[in-house]
Amino acid sequence: MSTPSNTALQPLDVLAIRKDFPLLSRVLHGKPVIYLDSAVSGQMPVPVIERMAKYERQEHTNVHRGVSTLSQEATDFYEAAREKVRKFIGAASAREIVWTRGATEGINLVAQTFGRMAVKEGDEILLSAMEHHANIVPWQMLAQEKGATIKVIPMTDAGELILESLDELLTERTKLVGVVHVSNVLGTVNPVKEIIARAHAKGIPVLVDGAQAVPHLKVDVQDLDADFYVFSGHKLSGPTGIGVLYGKLAHLEAMPPWHGGGNMIRSVSWEKTTYMAAPGKFEAGTPPIAAAIGLGAAIDYVTTLGLDRIAAHEHELLAYATERLSAIPGLRILGTARNKASVLSFVVDGIHPHDVGSLLDGEGVVVRAGHHCAQPIMTRFNVPATTRASFAYFNTREDVDVLVSAVQKAIELFK
Amino acid sequence: MTDPRELYQQVILEHNKKPRNFGKLAPCTHHAEGHNPLCGDQLDLTLVVEDGVVRDVKFEGSGCAIDVASASLMTGAIKGRPVAEAEAMIEQFRGMVRGELDPATQTPLLGKLTLFSGVRDLPSRVKCAILPWATLHAALKGEEEASTE
Ligand SMILES: Cc1ncc(COP(=O)(O)O)c(C=O)c1O
Repeated sequence: MSTPSNTALQPLDVLAIRKDFPLLSRVLHGKPVIYLDSAVSGQMPVPVIERMAKYERQEHTNVHRGVSTLSQEATDFYEAAREKVRKFIGAASAREIVWTRGATEGINLVAQTFGRMAVKEGDEILLSAMEHHANIVPWQMLAQEKGATIKVIPMTDAGELILESLDELLTERTKLVGVVHVSNVLGTVNPVKEIIARAHAKGIPVLVDGAQAVPHLKVDVQDLDADFYVFSGHKLSGPTGIGVLYGKLAHLEAMPPWHGGGNMIRSVSWEKTTYMAAPGKFEAGTPPIAAAIGLGAAIDYVTTLGLDRIAAHEHELLAYATERLSAIPGLRILGTARNKASVLSFVVDGIHPHDVGSLLDGEGVVVRAGHHCAQPIMTRFNVPATTRASFAYFNTREDVDVLVSAVQKAIELFK
Repeated sequence: MTDPRELYQQVILEHNKKPRNFGKLAPCTHHAEGHNPLCGDQLDLTLVVEDGVVRDVKFEGSGCAIDVASASLMTGAIKGRPVAEAEAMIEQFRGMVRGELDPATQTPLLGKLTLFSGVRDLPSRVKCAILPWATLHAALKGEEEASTE
């Protein structure tokens, strides 16, 4: 497990931060809520909720519509949020930031525009063994349509990608690589920069699924040299219904539009319709404006806390939870990569993960039990499901203690 | 809302640990596979039905405690019963865990199986409890597969 090198960081004032999350003072089954499910969806802090409420109360209209002051104002807020995203992930231009509904939609967009152009019969798409269904199924659909095949970068029992095989897997038929930056099941932080460099050496573009990365580590898409990078607002302390597709401008310009409709056109006639330049041509119809503004506010919030401080705090929690959970006899942690972030999956001998999940729920501990939309990982590790705790900047060591004692109680009950 | 812990009563824990009627009947007259896509629970049910009576029944598979205990208790409860009665039990069990039938008065055939009535307050687990019964329903109708999707 890597620890951030800057030890002089001022620690987060977690108790103050927690006041921004009213849900954390809820009581479930007579117990205070311990929210260890941020990998499913992060909680929104009050300033984000209030920013969205302000838009809905006083500013609501549509964007890119006419000359009204209100519409201009909404457009400005909306575009300012796009600029916040650009800065947050280090993109060269706000024109490279496409609003989507989430990571899933971003991948589908790329598969059905860029993918349809690039992939032909007999070609290959290379994915890693630890992808979320969101970065598998759109490619399978494309492969089926085109008569292409999907190949897989294997991983070790620790949950690290085996990159020795990469050069062999990257063939002249490979038209795209899709890789998850941080695994939502195993917590592995993949060496995406290296993977991208090796793919680019053969002229192959790479899409990175950053849904679980952006909340936990500083991402710089130019430093990574990613061709495409996707994430969802709701895992980044923002609302659902909004997400981001970053694409290198040259790619976005070469790609055909996806959905047709209002907003994405320059002019329409029965004879000939022309499209907006990127990103407009990918944004048909009225967008979720409040959600986009909310995501901008969420980026402000985490940036103010500082991603380096967030990472340091979460690493400490992860290390502590790893140590305490691995001391429980019969408990096995899935995903023991050297470089991990914020996610801890485990199974307990003789207790199905869903029973663990229900029993933890009874203790107020909110975790995810299931296949985490990553069934191939379950198959790889020969488990039906796992129980997963995930940590955010508002979690504490006490949260970990409650988790551990709830797991121990479940084991006791099943004895 | 019920405390999830209340569901894990001794009987359920015990049947999960030592499931009754575990295995496969060969030959059998009826067979179906049950699948709960949400949990990955899988169940393989085999029956021998003669003269309209369930002479024997066994199940195999893996799943959570609610699913395994439900299958174990179900197989015990339907063995020796007329098929028509087993079918009525399916309806009563489904109605009970979905909160449509009152276990105190409206599910007379279920006997001690009413201990599953608490699942009705845990919507995420209702499917686990129902899976064996849905599989039984499929098997008796001559279908090969049941899913709680
Ligand atoms: C790694 C990863 N990729 C993609 C997704 C899909 O995100 P969304 O459902 O917000 O589109 C998730 C969400 O669970 C995820 O964890």
